[in-house]
Amino acid sequence: MTKKYLILLMLMCSISLFAQEHFPKNDGVKSENTNYTAFTNAKIYVTPTEVIDKGTLLIHDGKVVASGASINIPENAVVVDLSGKSIYPSFIDLYSSFGVEKPKRQGFGRGQYDPTREGFYWNDHIRPEQNAVDHFKFDAKSASALRKAGYGVVNTHLQDGIMRGTGALIALTGEGGDAERILDDQSASYLSLSKSLKSSQSYPSSIMGTFALIRQVNHDADWYAKGGITVKDRSLEAFNTNKDQIQIIMAGSKANALRVDKVGDEFGTQYIIVGGGDEYERIEEIKATNATYILPLNFPKAYDVEDPFAASVLELSAMREWNQKPSNPKTLAENGVKFTFTSDGLKSPSMLKANVMMAIKYGLDKTTALEALTTVPAEIIGQSGKVGSLKNGAYANFLITSGDIFTKSTTLYENWVKGDKNVINDMNIKAISGDYSFAADGKNYDITISGTSSKPKASIISDGKKLGSKITYKENWVNLTFTGADEKQQEFMRFTARVDDSSNLNGKLIDTNGNTTNVSLKRRPLEAEPKSGGKNTKNGTGKSDVKMIPVTYPNGAYGASELPKQETVLFKNATVWTNESDGVLANTDVLIKNGKISKIGSNLSASGAKVVDATGKHLTTGIIDEHSHIAAASINEGGQNSSAEVTIEDVIDPDDVDIYRNLAGGVTSIQILHGSANPIGGRSAIIKLKWGESAENLINKNAPKFIKFALGENVKQSRSQNGTRFPRTRMGVEQLFVDNFTRAQAYEAKKNSGQPYRYDVEMETLVEILNGERFISCHSYVQSEINMMMKVAERFNFKMNTFTHILEGYKVADIMKEHGVGASTFSDWWAYKFEVNDAIPYNASIMHNMGITTAINSDDGEMSRRLNQEAGKIVKYGGVSEEDAWKMVTLNPAKLLHIDDRVGSIKVGKDADMVLWSDHPLSVYAIAEKTMIEGATYFDIEKDKQMRTQIQQERNELMTMMLQDKNKGMKTQPVKADDKQQLHCDSMD
Amino acid sequence: MRHIKYIYSVLMLCCTITFAQQTPADKQTEAITITGATIHVGDGSVIQSGTVVFEDGKIQAVGNSSTATKGKVIDASGKHIYPGFIGANTSLGLVEVDAVNASNDQAEMGSMIPHVRSLIAYNAESKVVESMRPNGILTAQVSPNGGRFSGTSSIMQLDAWNWEDAAIKKDDGVHLNWPSSFSRGRWWLGEPRGLKPNNNYAKQVGAIENFVNESKAYLAGKRDTKNLPYDAMEGLFNGNQKIYIHVNDEKGITDAVNFSKSNGMNMVVVGGYQAHAVTELLKSNNIPVLIDHTHSLPAIADHDYDLPYKNPKLLADAGILVGIHTGNNSNFQTRNLPFYAGQVVGQGMSKEDALKLITSNLAKILGIDDQLGSIEVGKNATLFISEGDALDMRGNQLIKAFIDGRDISLETHQTELWKRYSNKYKSN
Repeated sequence: MTKKYLILLMLMCSISLFAQEHFPKNDGVKSENTNYTAFTNAKIYVTPTEVIDKGTLLIHDGKVVASGASINIPENAVVVDLSGKSIYPSFIDLYSSFGVEKPKRQGFGRGQYDPTREGFYWNDHIRPEQNAVDHFKFDAKSASALRKAGYGVVNTHLQDGIMRGTGALIALTGEGGDAERILDDQSASYLSLSKSLKSSQSYPSSIMGTFALIRQVNHDADWYAKGGITVKDRSLEAFNTNKDQIQIIMAGSKANALRVDKVGDEFGTQYIIVGGGDEYERIEEIKATNATYILPLNFPKAYDVEDPFAASVLELSAMREWNQKPSNPKTLAENGVKFTFTSDGLKSPSMLKANVMMAIKYGLDKTTALEALTTVPAEIIGQSGKVGSLKNGAYANFLITSGDIFTKSTTLYENWVKGDKNVINDMNIKAISGDYSFAADGKNYDITISGTSSKPKASIISDGKKLGSKITYKENWVNLTFTGADEKQQEFMRFTARVDDSSNLNGKLIDTNGNTTNVSLKRRPLEAEPKSGGKNTKNGTGKSDVKMIPVTYPNGAYGASELPKQETVLFKNATVWTNESDGVLANTDVLIKNGKISKIGSNLSASGAKVVDATGKHLTTGIIDEHSHIAAASINEGGQNSSAEVTIEDVIDPDDVDIYRNLAGGVTSIQILHGSANPIGGRSAIIKLKWGESAENLINKNAPKFIKFALGENVKQSRSQNGTRFPRTRMGVEQLFVDNFTRAQAYEAKKNSGQPYRYDVEMETLVEILNGERFISCHSYVQSEINMMMKVAERFNFKMNTFTHILEGYKVADIMKEHGVGASTFSDWWAYKFEVNDAIPYNASIMHNMGITTAINSDDGEMSRRLNQEAGKIVKYGGVSEEDAWKMVTLNPAKLLHIDDRVGSIKVGKDADMVLWSDHPLSVYAIAEKTMIEGATYFDIEKDKQMRTQIQQERNELMTMMLQDKNKGMKTQPVKADDKQQLHCDSMD
Repeated sequence: MRHIKYIYSVLMLCCTITFAQQTPADKQTEAITITGATIHVGDGSVIQSGTVVFEDGKIQAVGNSSTATKGKVIDASGKHIYPGFIGANTSLGLVEVDAVNASNDQAEMGSMIPHVRSLIAYNAESKVVESMRPNGILTAQVSPNGGRFSGTSSIMQLDAWNWEDAAIKKDDGVHLNWPSSFSRGRWWLGEPRGLKPNNNYAKQVGAIENFVNESKAYLAGKRDTKNLPYDAMEGLFNGNQKIYIHVNDEKGITDAVNFSKSNGMNMVVVGGYQAHAVTELLKSNNIPVLIDHTHSLPAIADHDYDLPYKNPKLLADAGILVGIHTGNNSNFQTRNLPFYAGQVVGQGMSKEDALKLITSNLAKILGIDDQLGSIEVGKNATLFISEGDALDMRGNQLIKAFIDGRDISLETHQTELWKRYSNKYKSN
């Protein structure tokens, strides 16, 4: 296959340069070069760990023949003496788009639901049938830039789509055409979390949908392979063909790295993950992925904090990123995570060396750095024998340098690719910098030549006057042009010389009159070391001048350097709101042990317990928010009218500072609901707010499965003028449910019949609902739709679990009671859209009085931290008792979420999710002083005070460091602030 | 007309009978005395077992139990009396339903539009307006919010037939949205998301200064050719109107203060998230702040979680005249005004000082302290009786409320629905 393809390609490019034996030759005799080239006396890095101090590298026909300290050099060998110089295998980049142009965005199509292609997968963003090699066009300019950076081989691909198809391994040689360059045209499969620019198809509109889509493609490909799909699908076909290739996925951040790894694990795929450079922030979890990483090196520049006003919006997390990111490779190496580097994300590959050196400065071992650029990428793509080392038989892809490749003063002389020499800096050029003088026309001239050999600088002084001058130095020829004494005359003297063994520059001077004389520029003895000498002596290991701010969890303001641990705590003399038949107990002690409520009583004592004097304070169970959208990277998958296949669990964001702020408001558990973009939304995540833990550890493993449904204005897209997505009316909403559940019944019937069936994640989810294994929390407003939803459920023999929002619940409270559904509502919201015109703050009390389990929720990252006050409003509006009102933000949401066996009240044996309040918990004056989850204190008002001081100090310290950087002349970037969008039901991400 | 049509469509949709809005109360005809209550005067002081007497809409006497009663006597023993709360920079009567464009009259098109007036668009029969009264909000400044110079606000009492009898102070001030020091990255053009320094800041400030200079030149001339926007600026220069500058960041506040000072304008900061960092400047120039309501989130992760809770206190402690405004929240939320003030008590401010944030301080800032803001002789009898502490949701339960001595209804569309459905289930 590959060969045939290559031949075809060669025929197309009828360039006579090609020396393939099977090509006819009409422009001369067929000649074959069988000579060897031997590089002698060099320090040779056969691999990063196998180093020959003074050896010979012998190459022949583009490949390494031998390397070693004593090699027999054949007679027909060209010998290059590399005394004092080093040879390295050249670098490899596995995440490149070299020679493959990215398509242009096809405008911002909105509301396009159907695919634009025929004969491919139904989703335009799934393009595994793309082959980089079909789009490859050698780009000589980029190749030259990459070679200058030290690259010999890159694995390129079409950077477009979620499934992007196969990559091609390309040797960066300018010679020999694509026949020489293409080393492998099926070198890897690429994926990403970004949609194709070629299509405006709206699904997936969120990364949550992207993960679901990747899963469904896996199932569909399997079904296709089994013959379940009878029509041609070139995407699935390609997916199956390329299944055994290595799979490289662009994640772009630590969070997404963990997410894609989880998806991969479900299908037995170990992705190679292109990271974000922030992996050090969650190193334990990253390590546990067992993935190999492709790391970007785009370390951020310092922020320009000279303007204190502008700097005031800069967040600690951004400043830390600047300070810590260069340590990422070191941290990964220390933890045994295998990685390679990519230049992707750098402005130019020329920045590679400086950034690798930065990583080294931050503690990365040089050998590991070299491995990351050579042997590791070779191993990842299964080409260890051919690239990445100088072992016998490998391609002659190597670099000749003046010394240690990761030292600033080292010069890269040559970059050989497949035995072809590419000169980067002429290594035979003689250094000409120094002080010279000569006399002409009775005048003395003093010349100082400085700079590098490739970019020399000259200054000429005559009679104490500095003359304008220009110098070039190329291929051993020096040309020096300078003005005469009278600059106004615009007359020039020119000197040209071929540099030879002499220490002087002997050449010709053409004066202002055009007369030519032979002149010798006599070198004067050196007077002192050049100034720059002192700088380079550090040799890249100056760890001492790197000050690293320690990582916290999460790695920003209010993060913890150590996660809180379960403690034995005895609350003494509190007013205890039990939420049990005991009601509110005055002057009561509560003992917390092993994460559970251990004892409730008076005059309790416990040895080793931390005693908290709670006199005058109120102790309650933690607040539970049935409807939250904090701590999630995306909320809505609105690309289709049903998205039961997506789950918020895929996109939990444990770094969201709103988790901490919610703790400061006494919240311990939340349900992160999908938004209301579509009637059948996504699956929920029920989490505990264990600030600092990983996304996975936030999930409440004891909670049952939930899904969000939605009705009304949002799902019928009533605020978009020209919506094209069904349904557009409440009438259509009903039919959508009936249709989906009917199909789910048919799906289940087929599944149970033992016949082969297409595994459909969406239908699987709906079947769970039909079987009572998954509960619905349904966004709802007006009475007609509430009633309809219950009738649909009854028709399909399941029960609605919760109506959320449910602002007209009071109008159908009797019907709700009969159905047995719970309610989770706002205390007093209304008037924000048409369908909440009849929303009343007495809603909760009417439903409660009817005997419906009623909760008060937030749907808002601000209000959620004051849910205690919202419960207080239920006393005000409708006169519910204080105890019952308090249950509306604790026990009742626990019941609605079916987690009340463990949380929601203060009862011996239940989870110690506790809040200590300064005042009556329903009062606007109450402040949460301690918030505890399972016996570990995640918020403590005293600790919060300390952290505020620390944040101020650290901000100041980091800003000082950035100012120092700027004063050193380093480049800076303008400040930026996180423009955090509060997510609500309507948020379209 | 618009409004009637709107109500009609609600009727159609809900297939229920929607009751008409509450009828505005009649003029006070006889003297009223309230006795036995704890009087929260609004200026920081409290009178236990106090007596208030009002007649012809004005307060005649305030004192302890020995104060002579007159006319009808209401025994409010164990209850609390407060001056009516004042909403500042609200959208009341201008926006009925946030998401329904047809019901939104708050933002006119154009940039330099000081001439547009909220007064005449104020819908006295708004259901949102009537929902303010049961929580004690009896007066409100109604402000436009579009463009750069947004237009002119007015101050209304919240129990009226139309905008004319609602108006307490017509055209009290002009609102100016100060340019932000930061702009959002246009990600769709490939710029990074997030906030970055606004490169057009100087240009935008320059446009404001230019408009002011042109206005001055016009006003100094013969004004032969009428220019409505320039005319509307006159009150700012002659001291008849205030300029409400909406600005949050430290740099913007500093620039805005210098701007108003050099133009001789009477300035109020609206927003003021970072005003606590420039209290010296504000104090020395006697500039008050209408701070954002407290139930907001901190601007960045690094800030104290309770910064919005304590922001009013930080300013008050520094000697700044400060009140709370609700302009950056949904229209209906203004009814939570007492709790926005109550929130500051948790931060260590006394309850009576917190009360000032929504009464006397606001009256001073809005320039209506001769009529409103405290329970003092000579002022309007705009006050209410509450079962308990009105700054706390646990105590805010109004029994009676008066605007200019008029005994106003505390019923609303919402209470009527409550009663209707409660009765439905009771009878079942």
